[in-house]
Amino acid sequence: MQRSAVTQIKVRKVAAWPITFYRSAVGKKWVMAITGIMLMGFVLSHMVGNLKLYLSREEINLYGEALREIPGHLLPRTVFLWTIRLGLIGAFALHIHAAVSLTRLNRKARPVAYQSERDYIAASFAARTMRWSGVIVGLYVVFHLLDLTAGTANPDFVRGDPYNNLVRSLERPVVGIAYIVANLALGIHLFHGAWSIFQSLGVNNPRFNNARKRFAQGFAALIVIGNVSFPVAILAGVIKQSCEGTPIEEPCAGSGAFGEKN
Amino acid sequence: MSAPKMHIKVTAWRQSGPDAPGAFKDYDVNDVSPDMSFLEMLDTLNERLIENNEEPIAFDHDCREGICGSCGMMINGVPHGPERGTATCQLHMRKFNDNAHITVEPFRAAAFTINKDLSVDRSALDRIVEAGGYITAPTGSAPDANLIPVPKAVSDTAMDAAQCIGCGACVAACPNSAAQLFTSAKLAHLNLLPQGQAERWDRTIDMVETMEMYFGSCTNFRECEAACPKEISVDFIAMLNKDYVKSQLKQRRLAGQVFP
Repeated sequence: MQRSAVTQIKVRKVAAWPITFYRSAVGKKWVMAITGIMLMGFVLSHMVGNLKLYLSREEINLYGEALREIPGHLLPRTVFLWTIRLGLIGAFALHIHAAVSLTRLNRKARPVAYQSERDYIAASFAARTMRWSGVIVGLYVVFHLLDLTAGTANPDFVRGDPYNNLVRSLERPVVGIAYIVANLALGIHLFHGAWSIFQSLGVNNPRFNNARKRFAQGFAALIVIGNVSFPVAILAGVIKQSCEGTPIEEPCAGSGAFGEKN
Repeated sequence: MSAPKMHIKVTAWRQSGPDAPGAFKDYDVNDVSPDMSFLEMLDTLNERLIENNEEPIAFDHDCREGICGSCGMMINGVPHGPERGTATCQLHMRKFNDNAHITVEPFRAAAFTINKDLSVDRSALDRIVEAGGYITAPTGSAPDANLIPVPKAVSDTAMDAAQCIGCGACVAACPNSAAQLFTSAKLAHLNLLPQGQAERWDRTIDMVETMEMYFGSCTNFRECEAACPKEISVDFIAMLNKDYVKSQLKQRRLAGQVFP
């Protein structure tokens, strides 16, 4: 029988199983799902921790200090924090590598685009803009680290005083609005990603399939509302830097959203 | 008393061969009965083209009752047209308005070579089935139907997957040209049933990795499910993903072992 030649976009190679697994697109999606869960865990705990901003300067500064002290005297200071950080950097790198490599494969899979207008029926806005929302979030994370971790993008940065750094950074309108936009992009990314995780890992059962979508909606909404509230509260003046000159060790009555206003 | 005739404006992709350049061309089709199928409308147009000594529009078709999977084209940007759960041959012209403007284009993917006009070579899908979409069993007289009990729910789900007619609409609909829905259906109708268990993990690895030689990857757009003339669920894709990960682990565990 004459076999017609079919255009091949990838060569099938045999290697040790983790390599073969990651080389496959299904394996890459699995890695994206696992790293996605890790990053979602980070995003959620980061948002919850930052809610301390509403309590007082002392509370959020102690929270930042506590992160460095985990797990008490069992490990030297910041060892645990750096372990988590390196894990997250690894997850971030793998997530991006898999996304870039899959995007390139998918471009190859349709070299000639449809010449007439496509009509999408099911694909949501979030699903179709994953690459863009991902790029926005990636750039935002880089700026965020320079702004509030390294402090190079924040002229008023004081090491060990996250309250001051947050307020001073986000009260700049351009920065505040950029944070809002980036968190909306993050929400859109999570809306599709949090549902996709279940599908990529094969967590599927007609009894709870509807809940998968609701979980993604709820999670994305929770993160967006929480994270957007910080720049909004600071831009609106609900939270302001009212502790200028007060040493970090001393409590400051006018800080947070509930403290006495000066 | 027959229904009044419709007038349809068709913009069709014309391409004389796989490597030839193609372009859209406009045609007016009169005398279209609302009871015609979409393919019969194209037949009507082709008859007129032949009468005028023009080249008829090539398109794939065979059974014309939605079970062979031969027909399939992008109709106004959707595989098999606007009607859900039907193949192109089951789409009736009454689903369109009189004087409708319909654009038809072949399915496009790296693995789908255009033979001519709307006819596409989909043999990449055959490669996936050849890689493991069968059970290796000696043929002979049919075994007793009650010899292997299968729970009702399992057989129903396997039958849902087995409905796949291999038309390639899932690939055409997917923005990534992924063949995940096709492959997952071909895997599931065997992997769910007792007869398919012996080769389950080899089959999953071979079919998934063969699929990836030709097609893109799944990003959960769900366009395939919406385009599928058999309305096969993306739940089967979740099963493919799970089985592929499992099979990778199992293959490793069994490497070099011949004892149970």
